[in-house]
Amino acid sequence: MQIYRVKKTFTNILVHLLLISVSIACLFPLLWMFGSSLKTQATVFSDMSIIPQQPHFENYVTAWIDGGFGRYFLNSLIYTFTVVFGIVLVSSLAAFAFSRLEFPGRKAFFIMLLAAMMIPLPGSFVPLYVLMVKLHLVNTRLGYVLCLINVGLSFSIFLLKTFFDKMPKELEDAARIDGCNRLGIYRHVALPFVKPALAVVVIFNALNVWNEYVLALIIFNSKNLMPLQRGVMMFRGEFLTNYPLLMAGLTIAALPIIILYLLMQKYIVKGVISQAIFQ
Amino acid sequence: MRIFKNIYVKSIIVILCFILAELIYQKSHNLRFISPIIILLAVALLIILVTKIILAKQFKSFLFIVPALAIFSIFYIYPFIKVLQLGHYSWDGILPTMKFVGLYNFIEVIKDKVWWQSMFNAGYITLIALTFQNALALILALACDRQMKAGNFYRMIFFIPPVLSEVVVGLVWQWIYDGNYGLLNHWLVALGFNNLTKAWLSDPHTALTCVAIVHSWKGFGWGFVILLAGLQTIPKQLYEAARVEGATSWQVFKNITAPLMIPVFVLVAILTVLGSMQSFILILTMTDGGPGFHTEVPVTRILSSMIGSSRFGYACAQSIIFGAILLAISFVQKRISQNMRQA
Repeated sequence: MQIYRVKKTFTNILVHLLLISVSIACLFPLLWMFGSSLKTQATVFSDMSIIPQQPHFENYVTAWIDGGFGRYFLNSLIYTFTVVFGIVLVSSLAAFAFSRLEFPGRKAFFIMLLAAMMIPLPGSFVPLYVLMVKLHLVNTRLGYVLCLINVGLSFSIFLLKTFFDKMPKELEDAARIDGCNRLGIYRHVALPFVKPALAVVVIFNALNVWNEYVLALIIFNSKNLMPLQRGVMMFRGEFLTNYPLLMAGLTIAALPIIILYLLMQKYIVKGVISQAIFQ
Repeated sequence: MRIFKNIYVKSIIVILCFILAELIYQKSHNLRFISPIIILLAVALLIILVTKIILAKQFKSFLFIVPALAIFSIFYIYPFIKVLQLGHYSWDGILPTMKFVGLYNFIEVIKDKVWWQSMFNAGYITLIALTFQNALALILALACDRQMKAGNFYRMIFFIPPVLSEVVVGLVWQWIYDGNYGLLNHWLVALGFNNLTKAWLSDPHTALTCVAIVHSWKGFGWGFVILLAGLQTIPKQLYEAARVEGATSWQVFKNITAPLMIPVFVLVAILTVLGSMQSFILILTMTDGGPGFHTEVPVTRILSSMIGSSRFGYACAQSIIFGAILLAISFVQKRISQNMRQA
């Protein structure tokens, strides 16, 4: 028994050592990014400590004002809010109809939506750009927002539909007897019922929109409209080897996502798992 | 006659009527008088159809999916059809003149050595992700499954790289790998391996592996989360029963965990392959395909055909070929998983 216990403690220590070393490997580049953003161009190549002795916060001011990060940040916020709002509205309406209402072609449309997600379309940015040119939406906020709503739509509809399916019929009937019409049932009964799924949809899509890069690359050429991820790349072009400044910019781009993730971890993990199952 | 009650059949009849009228009007002078009659009939049918649809109770239900359907048709179905069409044209994306070239673009893609090298590179990154990254994810998931309280804490940390954007990850790692100012070289010197230092991302021998490592660094937490969720669905009584019988850890894994996890393994494998083959933003930010074409992947080739050389038709042909290959891969993988489930 003694030997068994010693062996067990030993394996436990080994397991934790492995987990801790992988955790350090995960966090180190981020700490390095943050630490370097507090150094100056003169000290960054000599001072290899993670947290510098004299932190310089000027880099953040320079990036925010001279580097245009204030504008990029605001743009990213605008896109994230409008896209997420659009997705929630459009996808919840459609998912409610697919799950709860009767109309001809209901199944056909839903299968079409699913089939479209199964077919990989790499390089879809080429025809999307052609479309944007045709609709005169190149270099506009509207074009970018509509494209991104489409990106998150199918998954959100699917996720919400599985939740709407779980809603008991009695709830719906009770509301109907109380004089609710379809829209009323959707607003007052169904939406509150799927709140947990809505949270997943909101957080998950917010994450994707904030991190989106390639459509921003295709659609925007005016700096005033660019979101953060695109702005960071513009910024790197301008301040090529000023690493502390670049790291300050990257920290600005990454910090909101890390905070959102730490606060809403549960929903993000749920979203990832349900997306995996969905595909 | 029941089939004609279907509104879709009716609308198709209306459209066919218009096409027929148009054709008769163009082709034959003698029968021209028929076409206005056909159009009148079609319009009458259309009016009946529309009023019927609007008066129907189900019309209001249909309105619920109209926004989704509109966005989906414009931003998914239209681009999809457009790709298939543009692949057969030579077009610079700006001028209205498009030249039909048939299958020429496709032949050129197939003959393009750089294209196949990019395919090989993506395959290499995928292979590393499939083996190294997923093995790490599985080991970590097994380790965390035993001790759930600590497991939640580690899960929080392991999932930080996947939520970061590729742009941020790529730029930070690019600096770490940098030849002159990079952290990796600095450490190698500090540890006394002066002769190992190099410009990791500009050396053709190391660039692709370096990118693949960063890809795995960013991706393993994702596989970990899905595998851990899978492990937690296995009933604990099975483990206890095995322990009572005196099974070793390896026997437990081989006879209980692995067989029950096969569907999850297959899922993770499929998604890893599809995701890794298509990932390209890390490469855009770290090497931009260089040195030479040593880190090009298919999607960066498509992007440079479009932005770099303004050959939209060629870019679409590349998209179609790559999409077909991906479809074939996922089809084969799904087949294999079905066979395994039956076995």
